[in-house]
Amino acid sequence: MITRILSRLLQAIPTLAGVAVLVFVLVRVVPGDPVAMMIPPGADADVVARLYAQYGLDKPILTQFVIWAGQALHGDFGMSISLRQGVTGLIFSRLPATLELVAFAATLAVLLGGALAVFGTRYAGRAGEAVVDGLTGFILSVPDFLWGLAFIVGFGVLLPLFPISGRNDPSYSLGLASDFILTESFLRLRWGVTADILAHMTMPAVALALPLAAMIARVLKSSLAEQMAQDYALLSRVKGFSRWHVIVAEALRNAAIPTVSLTGVQVTFLVGGTVLIEKIFSYPGIGSLAIDAVVNRDLPLIQGLILTFAVLFILINLLLDFSYALLDPRLRHG
Amino acid sequence: MANPVPGTLRHALTNWRVLAGGVLLLLLAIAAIFASALAPYDPLDQDLAAQLAAPDWHFGADAHALGTDSLGRDVLSRLIYGSRVALTVAFVAGFLTAIAGTAMGLAAGFFGGWLDAVISRAVDIWSSFPPVLLSIILVALLGTGLWSVVAAIVLIDWTRFCRVVRAETLKQRRLDYVDAAVVAGLRPLAILWREIVPNVLPLALVLLTLEMGLAVVIEAILSFVGLSISSDAPSWGGMIAEGREVVHQAPWVLIGAMLVLLATVLGFNVLGDGLKQELDPVLR
Repeated sequence: MITRILSRLLQAIPTLAGVAVLVFVLVRVVPGDPVAMMIPPGADADVVARLYAQYGLDKPILTQFVIWAGQALHGDFGMSISLRQGVTGLIFSRLPATLELVAFAATLAVLLGGALAVFGTRYAGRAGEAVVDGLTGFILSVPDFLWGLAFIVGFGVLLPLFPISGRNDPSYSLGLASDFILTESFLRLRWGVTADILAHMTMPAVALALPLAAMIARVLKSSLAEQMAQDYALLSRVKGFSRWHVIVAEALRNAAIPTVSLTGVQVTFLVGGTVLIEKIFSYPGIGSLAIDAVVNRDLPLIQGLILTFAVLFILINLLLDFSYALLDPRLRHG
Repeated sequence: MANPVPGTLRHALTNWRVLAGGVLLLLLAIAAIFASALAPYDPLDQDLAAQLAAPDWHFGADAHALGTDSLGRDVLSRLIYGSRVALTVAFVAGFLTAIAGTAMGLAAGFFGGWLDAVISRAVDIWSSFPPVLLSIILVALLGTGLWSVVAAIVLIDWTRFCRVVRAETLKQRRLDYVDAAVVAGLRPLAILWREIVPNVLPLALVLLTLEMGLAVVIEAILSFVGLSISSDAPSWGGMIAEGREVVHQAPWVLIGAMLVLLATVLGFNVLGDGLKQELDPVLR
């Protein structure tokens, strides 16, 4: 198992290096000049030249890459042009917000999707199943983009249950040591703060989770139906176990494998979806940072962020690989 | 072989999905074409005396049926003009995506071999990226503007056509009528064009309808984040962004744009589902 993990981690290195080269080249062929946007009208040529030199944009492209790659290996991704801060520091200060949002949304999606699938299977062929099918169909037919906005109108304005922007109430200082404020406030037993953060995260997380939950519900329900038709499930029923017991305690584990593989890609889409959701809810994570970076043509920041997303996608895929091994004993010993 | 299309079309009009989706989209097309006659105001006209005016149903000369935005511009007029952007992108991006993806799918499915291997691998890699992130990165690379948006949509979504058309082409190629055409002495390209393309086309048409709905959403998303046409020009995504800013004072800006976007997407989806039922002999 450990050699498996190590070999997978080693395989990730060339992938990352490839992404880094690709990103560097692509960003350099972008039309539009980032420095031109910072220069006040009528600035003299000396100032302009100094700015180019400051960001290293006056050197040949190969030299720029060698410098950038060397610094990147030391964890230094240069200075953000629009925010005038170190890219690495910016990303690390905003990554925790996105990670907590993704973790919350993924948990919600699994719980909601799982519950819908189990409920639909328990009432297969009856009204309960029709309700589950109708609900998942409805969730999937509305574009993801509109769910977040619909929540803002519905539960933020017309029926103001939740705050519609930000990550926490800015009127008091948090006084926390890390940027994982949800986790840290919970561990420090400051549950008032935790509740406030959760209230801010609920709508973006639900909006992110809904499409994934519907997808999980569909896939899991159909593989549960397959499992319930197997002899072992019938035998359990004959032995007198209740339907709930057979579904939850016996069929679910076997049905989970295809669901994990089919929803694997969807989880990376969930991380990609944070870009838009964070923008919609003015949530201070790396997604909204990415949109601002693109709108401001902030090359160093765009490079750093794309690499960050690439690392996240690779890590998620690794985690999924290992979860197969946990679910399927054949893979563990293979 | 008798041409089955007219009969199929007539039958399709009895399908409620085709009818509902078709009527909805027809209304939208009318709104887009006759925008200047239908819109009560110029969509760019600012009335700073009537900022964020609430919807007013009195239909007077100066009434704003769906309210005004933060610059006093008439929401209804902007929604009507916004349909031009949405439908332009839907048709142009939809057709270009369909042509590119279908051509790749046909090539991969019909010729097979290394060509199929290369195209299929490209589809796999390409479609493993989250589309929203990819579209934003692409527009960042291509520069903002409507044509970059169209190009980004084609570059992202060609895989949807390619995957399905390839599978269908593989299936058709194994059928007896293709063998018959080979025996009759038709050259490969003639078989592809005269025998396989007509049989793959209905499927591509269904995908095209669904793709148009997707294109409308992607354009709205990119205008929402400020990467499509300029924020002055009326577009639904731009109105959503603006409505989001003033949602507490004037929720009608956001609600109006959302409902129009939703109706358009559902229109394309329902029409696509209906066409799928009609064009697939098994489902019919």
